[in-house]
Amino acid sequence: MQFSLTPYAGLQWSDLWFILEGGLSTILLSVVSGAAGTILGCALGWLRERSPVFSWLMAFPVDVVRSVPLIIQFILVNSLFSALGVPLDPLQVGLLTLSLYMGMQTSELVRAGIRAVPVQLQKAGRSLGMTGWQVERCITVPLVLRTMLPAWIGTLIGLTKDTALVSVVGYIELLRAAQIVITRSNEALLILLGVGLFYFVICYPISKYGRWLEQRI
Amino acid sequence: MRTGWRMFDYHFYWSIVWAKFPMLLDGALLTIQITVLSVVLGLLAAIPLALWRRNGKGTLALFAGAWIESARNTPALFQIYMAYFGLGALGLHLSSYTALLIAIIFNNAGYLAEVLRGGLEGVAPQQAPAARSLGMNAFQSFTYVIFPQLFRIIFFPFVNQVNWALLNTSLGMMIGLRELTGATQMAQAESFRTFEFFLVAAGMYYVIAKIISLGALTAAWRIFRD
Repeated sequence: MQFSLTPYAGLQWSDLWFILEGGLSTILLSVVSGAAGTILGCALGWLRERSPVFSWLMAFPVDVVRSVPLIIQFILVNSLFSALGVPLDPLQVGLLTLSLYMGMQTSELVRAGIRAVPVQLQKAGRSLGMTGWQVERCITVPLVLRTMLPAWIGTLIGLTKDTALVSVVGYIELLRAAQIVITRSNEALLILLGVGLFYFVICYPISKYGRWLEQRI
Repeated sequence: MRTGWRMFDYHFYWSIVWAKFPMLLDGALLTIQITVLSVVLGLLAAIPLALWRRNGKGTLALFAGAWIESARNTPALFQIYMAYFGLGALGLHLSSYTALLIAIIFNNAGYLAEVLRGGLEGVAPQQAPAARSLGMNAFQSFTYVIFPQLFRIIFFPFVNQVNWALLNTSLGMMIGLRELTGATQMAQAESFRTFEFFLVAAGMYYVIAKIISLGALTAAWRIFRD
């Protein structure tokens, strides 16, 4: 509550910059952890589908990440690293947790995508003299990417919305920035509507595009 | 006194958590209550929304579209802040319980409306006229022909949404409500044994989520086997 001592003051231009900076942080979190999580998720998903041992090992962590609130995951990652004696700063906690979260979600999509590829296609590839890797690279991967694209877009939008929760470990992203300004200026409705519009403008076109893709495929 | 096992230089003090366990249990009950209420009321709100949106024209369709799209394309935490601070600015001061409940109902209704709409689109349009031509009235054709098919399509997406509602209730902590996450936050504030407390809370969420999904699987097995 660093602003609680400041007396009531109306909105100022500096507040707008403060909130916009929060917006940039939200975009930074989404883009970096979206990219890292997708790469991680593709690797995890492929390994889980191709190796029964790995699949068995990963089943529990994936289950946990999907059934424990993200807000608790942030707190746990934060206090785990403090407990280990290597405290992370809030941005690092946010990026790490969101990347892992995105990775787990993406790995499920990749798995479903791989399962949707008919085995006959892979066998046909092998019978044409392709090596195992060639079949993966030229037949499985393109088909998996195609089928998982709409769901992946949905997950990415979910991630963008979930960045709002990083504030629980003290990172100032868009919603937290807005809340700080609200506490000081008391202009709750105006600021919240602006912030909601910011999220909507980012998420709505992407989700529209995702739905359009889904219908096309 | 040190109890528990050692990891690096950190000592786990589980006894502090057990001393506060009743507090967490109360929180868990509140969490379950809000989850159930928000899903039931959210579903009730989703039915007209799905029908209006399916109609596709007029003010009601516009209203349904605005509700569904804003519920799906803004963070749940934003929706909760809107109910708590935003409505407060309009002079409508809600308790954190009511604000959380309303926000999650709003959120659930938006998602469930799309689930219902998808379900209605999944039932072949010839089914209703066919049922009517067999002499069924509109009510009979819905209950005996349309609904069973609809139910199959929406069952698992619905269960999925129940799980999301459970996870979303954890945001009550951000507006000071003592549901499971908020209660855990309160309980650990005296000792700062954050890690132990939230590990236990995570376990409790996991158990609740497992009960939901196992219950759903059992129900599905009983309903869908034939």
